[in-house]
Amino acid sequence: MRIENGNSKTKGSRVSTIFHSPFSIVHFLLFFACLIPFGQLAFNAYTGNLGVNPIDTITRFTGSWALIFLLACLAVTPLRRLTGWNDLIKLRRMLGLFAFAYAVAHFSTYLVLDYFFDWRAIGKDILKRPYVTVGFTGFVLMVPLALTSTAAMIRRLGKRWQQLHRLVYLAAIAGVIHFYWLVKADIRRPAQYGFVLAILLGFRIFARWRRPKARSARKSPVAGAQELG
Amino acid sequence: MLIKKPQDIKSSEITPKEVYLNRRQFMSAASALALAGGAAAVGLDFLAEPAKASAAEKLANVKKSSYSTDEKQNSFKDATTYNNFYELGVEKTDPSENAKYFTPTRPWTVAVEGEVKKPKTFDIDTLMKLAPLEERVYRLRCVEAWSMVIPWIGYPLSALINQVEPTSNAKYIQFVTLVDPKRLPGQKPGIFGNVLDWPYTEGLRMDEAMHPLTILSVGLYGQTLPAPNGPPIRLVVPWKYGFKSIKSIVKVRFVESQPKTAWNTMQPQEYGFYSNVNPEVDHPRWSQASERRIGEFLRRKTLMFNGYGEQVAGLYKGMDLKKYY
Repeated sequence: MRIENGNSKTKGSRVSTIFHSPFSIVHFLLFFACLIPFGQLAFNAYTGNLGVNPIDTITRFTGSWALIFLLACLAVTPLRRLTGWNDLIKLRRMLGLFAFAYAVAHFSTYLVLDYFFDWRAIGKDILKRPYVTVGFTGFVLMVPLALTSTAAMIRRLGKRWQQLHRLVYLAAIAGVIHFYWLVKADIRRPAQYGFVLAILLGFRIFARWRRPKARSARKSPVAGAQELG
Repeated sequence: MLIKKPQDIKSSEITPKEVYLNRRQFMSAASALALAGGAAAVGLDFLAEPAKASAAEKLANVKKSSYSTDEKQNSFKDATTYNNFYELGVEKTDPSENAKYFTPTRPWTVAVEGEVKKPKTFDIDTLMKLAPLEERVYRLRCVEAWSMVIPWIGYPLSALINQVEPTSNAKYIQFVTLVDPKRLPGQKPGIFGNVLDWPYTEGLRMDEAMHPLTILSVGLYGQTLPAPNGPPIRLVVPWKYGFKSIKSIVKVRFVESQPKTAWNTMQPQEYGFYSNVNPEVDHPRWSQASERRIGEFLRRKTLMFNGYGEQVAGLYKGMDLKKYY
């Protein structure tokens, strides 16, 4: 696994690999940490502990984790700014890709386990049910982000990469609305996610308002791409 | 990098102690299962202890009923660990986990009042013997598009109605659930206030209430009702969405005009007073055309009036069920 550098401390062309820098061990550990929810789900499935309605359990579980990873991803830039720990940026791609992986699992559960490829019902659902429409939109928005997450694509797209990856804000908003629109009466859980998302997006608006022009066009496109929250 | 403690691992997802202790059993059983080849795919549910139904009593002298379906019944575990009973928590697993707060349910009385000649407060022991107990195996269709088949025990609601002699003004009946946040902790307000406007209330038109399919249930699977199922006495109306079958009733009020009901008050566009199971009328946010029978993989088509159309369609003759949903 290659990790692109571009933060202020290690400006230049050093390429770290999994085993060559202490930070990359963190990276390596994070990878397995991100797999824990999948593991938990697999274990519960194997031991028959998914409850009385396993399909519903899997749907909720994967959906929640997709949202959690999206929020974690959006927390990287604020945390980095607040702590000055610039290496955090290197974890963001992995968090984003795991958000996508859990979203794929979530959507596949709906497609295969819930509706078993009943395309007519699924199509109707997507068109007619606002919570499905908005959830599906969020998922679709994540696809180009996952596809352009490679170092080569970051380099190739240059400045446009940043612009494209701002879609993650919309995807996260869509995810929270999706959750909010599907609950019957208890809005506490979606409200928690909404609260965290509001703080994370609010931080960006605040930062932009405080320093309107501070961070444009300082570095190479790659570095710029890594910079952007 | 701090790895946040996942907020959404509820206590319900942590392996319960009984299940954990059963792991030894599981290990020996697993080797046996391995012989059966691929048997691991079969749910190992049976190893988990069924929900504790402390204070449960066996119910004797229960007659079979011709109103029962002969479809495959869901397990006791299905019916007692996957419940919507917001008084004991909003997650499906909450009611069984919070059962201890609501066990036992005695003493208990049910006040029957309003437009009746003989208003009376019944003690639960009297109500248990008000009429011969019957087993009614009914389909239960939740508005959330899942369903089960459950062997209820009870008797027709008409038996109670006849005792109190409604006046000619009695056009509807309203039912009211207990309010007691100590025993029903879900009734404590959260940061967004109450989940529902307590007490939970439901209602039926008089002819619906008198219909022989409508029962007051005091038990299931041969025993008294466990906490998640609305003890000690509840309504079961099999052709309506599950939320109409109000639990843990303390008051039955005969009234002249259509009474207030809990979900209808909360979201009138989403939950109508009638709430008959109807695959043609979707919930505004999700489809009602199909449902998942708990325990089955493929969805099934939802039947009009939950398959009880032959018996109940006549009640709604000439009514536009799209309007009166």
